[in-house]
Amino acid sequence: MCTLEKRGNLFILTLTGDDQHRINPKLIGDLLSLLSQVKAQATRGSALITQAQGKFFSNGFDLDWAQAAGSEQGASERLLHMVESFKPVVAALLSLPMPTIASLTGHAAACGFVFALSHDYIIMRRDRGVLYMSEVDIGLTMPDYFNAVFREKIGDASARRDLLLRGLKMKGDEAVKRGVVEAAYEGEGEVRAASVRMAEELGKRKWQGEVYAEIRKGLFPQLSAVVGLSHKTIATPKL
Amino acid sequence: MCTLDKRGSLFFLTFTGDDQHRINPNVIGNLLSHLSQVKAQATPGSVLITQAQGKFFSNGFDLDWAQAAGSKQGASERLRHMVVLFKSVVASLLSLPMPTIASLTGHAAAGGFVLALSHDYIIMRRDRGVLYMSEVDLWLTIPGYVNALFREKIGDASVRRDVLLRGLKMKGDEAVKRGVVEAAYDGEEEVREASVRMAEELGKRKWDGEVYAEIRKGLFPQLSAMVGLGHKKIANPRL
Repeated sequence: MCTLEKRGNLFILTLTGDDQHRINPKLIGDLLSLLSQVKAQATRGSALITQAQGKFFSNGFDLDWAQAAGSEQGASERLLHMVESFKPVVAALLSLPMPTIASLTGHAAACGFVFALSHDYIIMRRDRGVLYMSEVDIGLTMPDYFNAVFREKIGDASARRDLLLRGLKMKGDEAVKRGVVEAAYEGEGEVRAASVRMAEELGKRKWQGEVYAEIRKGLFPQLSAVVGLSHKTIATPKL
Repeated sequence: MCTLDKRGSLFFLTFTGDDQHRINPNVIGNLLSHLSQVKAQATPGSVLITQAQGKFFSNGFDLDWAQAAGSKQGASERLRHMVVLFKSVVASLLSLPMPTIASLTGHAAAGGFVLALSHDYIIMRRDRGVLYMSEVDLWLTIPGYVNALFREKIGDASVRRDVLLRGLKMKGDEAVKRGVVEAAYDGEEEVREASVRMAEELGKRKWDGEVYAEIRKGLFPQLSAMVGLGHKKIANPRL
């Protein structure tokens, strides 16, 4: 499922195994628990890297689990349940008191892409892997917070349209060019190394975690509101 | 006026004749009627192409008809009437259950540019024709829903400023570069062919029309609200 390790100031959250890392209630529970631990152990200079093993970062919600309900109505209810349950994961990432990097060595689709986008930075491969919102192809509409993530994280309206309305499978180079990801590298090793380098660079700034999280929430006000986060003012500068 | 034809899965809405294709209550009624038919005949794989004959896609609202009211007050009322009526056309395009392409072989100004932007994709000529919001030059303010359209369709704030506040006449190459249109081609024929090619590509995806329309409205929430559209969730994935 997923593991958490600490290497110096870096927290590394890994989706383990060679599967599609589908997001279901169990994984959501694990993610919330681990993110809670990360928050509890945060100090100035901390940074989070979320990564995965295998061909996928995550291929989205566990539609098999939804279908196992046994009826169209049941499947729909299970899917809506997962949609609602995932909001707290986005909220936890949005309020995490440290910089966050999604380190993609495989495909990120649907909720998997939203999960990646909920981080401050995305680094991905340029030689393999795509970003893809499959919903239009499988006949699902976007939850409100998915729309908010795209609207507030991706400024280019054409890129949003291409990803959400056209089901574009976006590779690394295009994702960098269009401002969706920070950088793209050749191969898994390079992505992981670059992610650690970036995390260490950001960590050197020794930002105050609570302030960092408030500034982050201020950048994404609609998303913050939709996932149930409020904000506060901190006015005691480090001088 | 405008005609509607169907060729295979493609619907063609054509402004006929060599005039400026000015938008007045008759034309609006005509458009609404045709769009209604298109909606009624929609199937997965349907695509709409809106195009025009002659030098203009459309030069905007029929200010001559407005002035024929005979007084400044009357003209102002007639113009306001057209602005309000036109909201329904925008709403109809925004909720059309299929991809839409505005195929511009001539100038699109003011209401004409709004009509074009209300489509999912714009293809235009690079050798002739401009996109132009004439309002600043004609001393007319921009209706609220038109502001929402520009704000949600064009991410680049400088582009919005240049188009709305500076009365820029934007040619094809600049429109592509600055993210206003999808592509620009040399000559009328190339534009028409490219539009059909693109429509066929999109049609091959066989998207569910209702889902497509909901995802589209989710991309343009302020505009949707301002033209009176609500939204709904669809959670029965096609697997």
